[in-house]
Amino acid sequence: MTVSADPAVEVPWRRLDPRMVVVEPVRTLVKLLPVLIVVLITGSNNDPVRPWVTLGIGVLVVAAGVVRWRTTRYRITAERVELHSGWLRRQRRSVPRDRIRTVDLTASPLHRAFRLSVVAVRAADSGGEHRHGGLTLDAVSTAEAETLRRELLDRRAPQPGEAPIAGSDAARATEPTTGSGTGPVAESPAEELARLHWSWLRFAPLTFSSLAGVGAIAAAAFNVLNELGVSPTEVDGVDAAAERLAAAPLWLAVGLVGLALLVVAVVGSVLLFTERWWGYRLTREADGTLRVRRGLLTTRSLSVAEERLRGVGVHEPLLLRAGGGAQTRALSTGLGREAQGGVLQPPAPRAEAHRVAGAALRRLHPGTEADPTRTPLRPHPPAARRRRYTRALVPVLVLVAAAALVGRVWPGLAWIWPGTLVLVPLAALLAADRYRALGHALTPRYLVSRLGGLSRRTVALQRSGVIGWTIRQSPFQRRAGLVTLQAVTAAGEGGYRVLDLGAADAVALVDATTPGLLPPTRD
Amino acid sequence: MQTGSTVPTALPLRPPAHRVDPRARSWWRLRGLGGAATVALPQLVVALVLGGPGWLWGTLVATVAAGLVYAAVVPGILFRIHRWEVTEEAVYTLSGWLVREWRIAPISRVQTVDTEHGPLQQLLGLASVTVTTASARGPVTIRGLATAHAQELARQLTETTQATPGDAT
Repeated sequence: MTVSADPAVEVPWRRLDPRMVVVEPVRTLVKLLPVLIVVLITGSNNDPVRPWVTLGIGVLVVAAGVVRWRTTRYRITAERVELHSGWLRRQRRSVPRDRIRTVDLTASPLHRAFRLSVVAVRAADSGGEHRHGGLTLDAVSTAEAETLRRELLDRRAPQPGEAPIAGSDAARATEPTTGSGTGPVAESPAEELARLHWSWLRFAPLTFSSLAGVGAIAAAAFNVLNELGVSPTEVDGVDAAAERLAAAPLWLAVGLVGLALLVVAVVGSVLLFTERWWGYRLTREADGTLRVRRGLLTTRSLSVAEERLRGVGVHEPLLLRAGGGAQTRALSTGLGREAQGGVLQPPAPRAEAHRVAGAALRRLHPGTEADPTRTPLRPHPPAARRRRYTRALVPVLVLVAAAALVGRVWPGLAWIWPGTLVLVPLAALLAADRYRALGHALTPRYLVSRLGGLSRRTVALQRSGVIGWTIRQSPFQRRAGLVTLQAVTAAGEGGYRVLDLGAADAVALVDATTPGLLPPTRD
Repeated sequence: MQTGSTVPTALPLRPPAHRVDPRARSWWRLRGLGGAATVALPQLVVALVLGGPGWLWGTLVATVAAGLVYAAVVPGILFRIHRWEVTEEAVYTLSGWLVREWRIAPISRVQTVDTEHGPLQQLLGLASVTVTTASARGPVTIRGLATAHAQELARQLTETTQATPGDAT
């Protein structure tokens, strides 16, 4: 392991924090704990081999930790961030600094005990050699992590050929000179855009991710019990309760189990919400990055370079919408699903979500007062409404017909098809709701669109962030004179659809959003 | 190349100017027949070896007939619909048979230009040119160009895009 010879010429390599020599083995041992316990407990007590096996595993784990620390080096040069790691299988990762989009700091309770943080650097897809670029430093001291975050996201010396705020000609052409984030802004302190209100806890049970999280925890707990050889039915009381439940009438048993599940889900989701969003703050840092800080046990800090922001989305899954809530996400290049999905905010009241969406974008375009996601939208033509109904009802009617047929062939199953009739009004309601959501608008800076019933989202995409279009038309749409337009962008999901708008409107919208792009002559 | 508006577009949008190479029809035809063969052959094998049920011969005949009708009719339709154009501003394509799709990629946002020759395409002297932008949803592919033409187009596009600064996101 040679450390660079001449620091005057080359930037010296740095090591991860020495405390990782302790943290890494502890982390591995915690993961191996169930196995170790099994090795120690099972078998006869006077077997002389078992303690040695355990000790051997321990020594190996510690040695691996030391080797990992010794062989991992990183450095930050003027152009790139480099990470070399591995002993037998060496890995070299290198990320150009001008492609860095987000810097993510995470500290698990173990890391926090040693004042360490994991730094995850994410870079944009460059379309070529470095797909899914990025690297992770696990871990450096928290102070060092903070310095790295600032250093890596510092855009005060823009690279040649890149516009400081919105890196495109279109943006420069359409917007007057904004205070491009170089001079006076740098000295101002961090500006707080949002912080946690504990009343938002009421939205915790309404998000699917919380429920899924509870399921995951339950599954993990069951696994651990299983691993330890404990069957839940052997625990005192559980078995007795199960027997009493089995003796009760069916409706009561189902009701009780349902109620128990509901209570577990609600309590679990509230706990998860607390762990995830404790101490939540959204700030605009002095260097012009948006920063989300949160977490009770594991603390997280996500920083988005503001000139990489291409827009925002306000998401309203059905349950959350029914409770009057919504959640705001950032659309940023290089920010896929893995980087916490660009979530800027916990589930919050709808008005607050729209306000934060607007606040997050405000510095991109100072002077625009209205929140773009609250722009009044143009509804889509009546043909789009008919399409929503046919698309919702036809599958349901097919299902009803199939159920009726099944009932005709096997009379024992004849009770199914009246039940499926319930789906018909539900589908109609969903169709009406989906049509109500449809809409689009073009503001001076944003293309705003909304769609979805079960999972509604309103997206405000920066016009200069549109890097292509697709227009699709199925035979049914062709008859109805509709098309589905997709604005392609480097941020978020990669493309955002405007569903079922009039064919002529679509062409006009493309032309207005990106003037001069369409072929000049038309029929 | 352009022979009036044979393409019934419901969009008030001029279709892209150029047609693909006429040999693309053979390519689509061969692909259609190949697809039909991969569905028909297992049926034939089962019917012959295991002496399968009578209806299997029926589906086999239907598969072959569908393949033949597709090969006879669809390539001509595809050839009339498929169009492309490269201007100073953008790359456009129009493709699809039942579902029509227009794709537009601004030249200033193009990141890579690739040419691709599949085995069938090589046989016919054809190639595809794919233009990628910074979005996974944004690639624009022009299929069924003559090889030399495709290479020349790719070279031109690469030159143009390299002259554009920035990382095109």
